[in-house]
Amino acid sequence: MTDAVADSFINNPLGQKVTIDDVVEGFEFLDDWEERYAYIIDLGRQLPTFPESEKVEDNYVHGCQSQVWLIHHVDPDTGKLFLLIDSDAMIVRGLAAIILVALNARTPQDLLDVDLDTLFEQLDLFRHISPTRGNGLRAMITQIRGVAAEAAA
Amino acid sequence: MTDLAAAGKALDITRIRQDFPILSETVNGKPLVYLDNGASAQKPTAVLDAMDHYFRTSHSNVHRGAHTLGDRATTLFEGARETVRSFLNARSTNEVIWTRGTTEAINVVANGLAETLSEGDEILVSRMEHHANIVPWQMIAERTGAVIRPIEITPAGEIDESSFDGRLASDRARILAITHVSNVLGTVVPLERLLTKARERGLYTVVDGAQAVPHYQPDVQALACDFYVFSGHKLFGPTGIGVLYGRETLMEAMPPLQGGGEMIERVSFEKTTWNTLPYKFEAGTPPVAEAVGLGAAIDYLGQFSRESLETAEQALLQRANELVETVPGLSVIGTATHKVPVMSFKMEGLHPSDIGTLLDQQGIAIRTGHHCAMPLMDYYGVPGTARASFAFYNTLDEVEQLFQALQKIQRLFAE
Repeated sequence: MTDAVADSFINNPLGQKVTIDDVVEGFEFLDDWEERYAYIIDLGRQLPTFPESEKVEDNYVHGCQSQVWLIHHVDPDTGKLFLLIDSDAMIVRGLAAIILVALNARTPQDLLDVDLDTLFEQLDLFRHISPTRGNGLRAMITQIRGVAAEAAA
Repeated sequence: MTDLAAAGKALDITRIRQDFPILSETVNGKPLVYLDNGASAQKPTAVLDAMDHYFRTSHSNVHRGAHTLGDRATTLFEGARETVRSFLNARSTNEVIWTRGTTEAINVVANGLAETLSEGDEILVSRMEHHANIVPWQMIAERTGAVIRPIEITPAGEIDESSFDGRLASDRARILAITHVSNVLGTVVPLERLLTKARERGLYTVVDGAQAVPHYQPDVQALACDFYVFSGHKLFGPTGIGVLYGRETLMEAMPPLQGGGEMIERVSFEKTTWNTLPYKFEAGTPPVAEAVGLGAAIDYLGQFSRESLETAEQALLQRANELVETVPGLSVIGTATHKVPVMSFKMEGLHPSDIGTLLDQQGIAIRTGHHCAMPLMDYYGVPGTARASFAFYNTLDEVEQLFQALQKIQRLFAE
């Protein structure tokens, strides 16, 4: 891994500077769907740059209508799991950012303990990660949890 | 008001909408605007009632004949077949086979024609086919050594007739499998002309009518195609039922795809002989209620003149075309001269899934993605499109709502 990629992982604000509480609070002040989605789109803009060199088949998340890429890195000192995601769809980027806020930079066991469904229900976004929606977010979550389970084992 | 709009109004769309209960649903707190008719159309009460009535009063297995309910079910089932025969102007009900849908129908034809093919024979399919009219041919190509030859299209989304003529000129061309109407672009293919040429060259002709029948009533004798297939659910009928029209002499000679009950005359462990048409191709207990429902859908449509439906639909497309320029960055994919009311489009900087998600928020249902037409997506260099597809029960007001919603989306992303 290059230094630039390592920096992208370690300096990802999502799940570190930006916390679940920030996002929940942010959503509280939004009145209508337009404001909510403007906020989601804005969160998506905070995703750190995803290294182009990592956009390879191994890192491709299948089952999405948009192209989605996911890579991870376990910090050897802290044991924390760092994640980077990219997508060519803006809403998916925003929802991925919320997933990162909830799951990034945690120890694998911490990550596995996060109840994402409840969080998404609280934000009234559950339909986006429900298995009936073919947008691939469920696939993304399953893949992240798989990585965490492997790292925790 | 334009002439088109006046004619559309003459249909009394408000009253027609009352025939479709689902159109009164709300989605995300907004009245449903259903513009995904190309994926599946909604059902009038006449269809729901016909199926309900069938199950409540007449259900039994068909063609078993030992009791009254069996007779009732068979009468309704075969009555629906006659309704489809009349709809297509087929010569005989022997030419009307029930299938699960367009996809199964094409698979039956491909399998049936496989034994006429040998290595190097060519199957012509257009660039804008749905995967259902590509993959079954690839499967038999693999079995027989035949090859698929694509017919190219023009940037507007019309068949490139020089490409068509070039493919047809090959001595190995054997089968033409072509759509009547493109599911992505809405293009109406000039079938009469293409089929005439293909026939002169002695090709078998297979027409995918899935997207055409909601808008046009095909006359299979006038078209003189060998096969014409469509699905019930896009024609305001139920899911799980489709139709394979096939020229009787060809169907007599073709082997069935599936074996089982109903489709046999006599079975012994040494030899099985097939039942006569159309039953030869209908293994197992057929979808009786669905056939009855499809018959009811065709009967329901029969109360309108096809011209008045087409006029109303074209008014919707015309309004949509007029409103395109009100959304900065929106461009239409598929600008053929002759189109059904289908509009595929992209918006600068947005993925089709973004558009779909945010329209859904506003109660508007469209389709996004590759529409099972990846070779066509490759041609236009897009990962997918957003597609609004209209039916005669849609209103000009709904078209305007779509474009107002798209303007909002455009502003949201521009912020």
